[in-house]
Amino acid sequence: MSASSGNRNWSARGIVLLPYLWLFIFFLAPFVIVLKISLSQTALAQPPYVPLFDAAAGWAGLMDFVSQLSADSFRLLSSDSIYLLSYLKSLQVAAISTIVLLAVGYPIAYGMARAPRAWQPPLVMAVVLPFWTSFLIRIYAWINILQRDGILNDVLMRLHAIDVPASWLSSDTAVYIGMVYSYLPFMVLPIYATLEKMDETLLEAAADLGCPRWRAFWLVTLPLSLSGIAAGALLCFIPIVGEFVIPDLLGGSESSMIGQTLWSEFFSNRDWPVASAIAVALLGLLLVPIMFYERLQQRALEGNRG
Amino acid sequence: MNRGASSFNVISVALGLAFLYLPIAILVIYSFNASRLVTIWGGWSLVWYRELLHDDAVLQAAWVSLRVAALSASAATVLGTLAAVALTRSGRFRGRLLFSGMVYAPLVMPEVITGLSLLLLFVAFDVDRGFWTIAIAHTTLTMCFVTVIVQSRLVTFDRSLEEAAMDLGCPPARTFLTITLPLIAPAIAAGWMLAFSLSLDDLVIASFTTGPGATTLPIRIYSEVRLGVKPEINAVCTIMIAFVAFGTVASSLIAKRGAVRRERAALGAQV
Repeated sequence: MSASSGNRNWSARGIVLLPYLWLFIFFLAPFVIVLKISLSQTALAQPPYVPLFDAAAGWAGLMDFVSQLSADSFRLLSSDSIYLLSYLKSLQVAAISTIVLLAVGYPIAYGMARAPRAWQPPLVMAVVLPFWTSFLIRIYAWINILQRDGILNDVLMRLHAIDVPASWLSSDTAVYIGMVYSYLPFMVLPIYATLEKMDETLLEAAADLGCPRWRAFWLVTLPLSLSGIAAGALLCFIPIVGEFVIPDLLGGSESSMIGQTLWSEFFSNRDWPVASAIAVALLGLLLVPIMFYERLQQRALEGNRG
Repeated sequence: MNRGASSFNVISVALGLAFLYLPIAILVIYSFNASRLVTIWGGWSLVWYRELLHDDAVLQAAWVSLRVAALSASAATVLGTLAAVALTRSGRFRGRLLFSGMVYAPLVMPEVITGLSLLLLFVAFDVDRGFWTIAIAHTTLTMCFVTVIVQSRLVTFDRSLEEAAMDLGCPPARTFLTITLPLIAPAIAAGWMLAFSLSLDDLVIASFTTGPGATTLPIRIYSEVRLGVKPEINAVCTIMIAFVAFGTVASSLIAKRGAVRRERAALGAQV
């Protein structure tokens, strides 16, 4: 091995070290702590933690029965139907939102990819721009529209479509609108990226051979855009399962998503072990989709490495 | 060629953009409404902006947010760029799979999980929560976005330039500084902008990692929004939108200038 390549390896290691350590300390290690707190509270009894856990009063008395308690938070999760229901609700909202996003996003991505070349960069920019403006602001914008004395009711009343103001806010409909609105760029852009790269001579060949356009779409375009669809669907589905802000501001109070349940366990009930257990269970639920997404991402970004 | 022709394509793109922009447009317009009620148009007015100037709580929160965003975006840009270079240029190294896993996971990880886990880390090590803990949390989240942006630039550019420099005896560090860095500078700038706006935007992670005296703008807005629509909030949001729109347009102009320069350089190389 020559000196220069040894030198290169050394500097490569130096480059890797800093971000590696940062992510290890601030991203990976915290999960171990979450797992630990969700499972056992022995560590919590040690001096540095005591004042912090005063709030979890019910826990303090049970400190002695460590072994018995270790799976308590998880037992609570599985026994109380509130938790199971919010998991199911989250999965349902995420699944339906992802399907709607696909139905709305695909035609947009398709239209963008078929637009004249010169228009495409501004179109991409136009789709990305709302994503750069605050998430919270965009949800808040919908409250302006959907509230009882909001713009939607105003317009509908003027059109005589409805006689009494309807309550759009605090409903599942509002949550779905918010989800589709917020995550649309995440669905459109990956699909656009695959459609834009597609070799159009394939479609010409299909047309020359007498294949009708819808069939060519079904047999050629759609299969070729599957990787974009998968990436878009995962980019939407995974974060929506754990979404907090949208259901909290737009949704009703009758059933909460798992992100809201975690939030209220943590901030309202101050039950940190249960909040941690919810986080662990949520992560377990999302582990497979996240790993699938990582493989796609790796292939997309590192596949064409020389 | 069936490019552009079909009305279906035009309509779906137009409707999509209308769906994306209409709510924001309505929000901006109503920030200039003289009336407090959303349904009543009281004429154009700057009254809510004037009121904002006297709202110390919001102004203070905005100042905290800007400082956190500037600090965390800068740290995230350095770390994210290093990670991108490591992933594209280092080939195989021990723990590579774990590393790339840690880089891509925060992009989709639900924020409640990231927020809670960081908070428990800070508690476990008895770190005082506030400005610095939010900045660390935001750096962790946003560096991964920087990595993806810079990485997508690194994999597309011509590596022979770097190889040529090194063949001519240029040490790797110098090659990186004089060849690689200028070429990926637009992506780094875009990464910084994205990190900045993500940090300015984040509510969930900031809520978990904040402490007394460090209320960020989203935390402030969230507590107001829960109580209902207020025209002052429309005004704050409009200012933030203008801020981001300006930044995005500026950074895309920078990127375009970079692209033109690159093209010229490529032409020059061919001649």
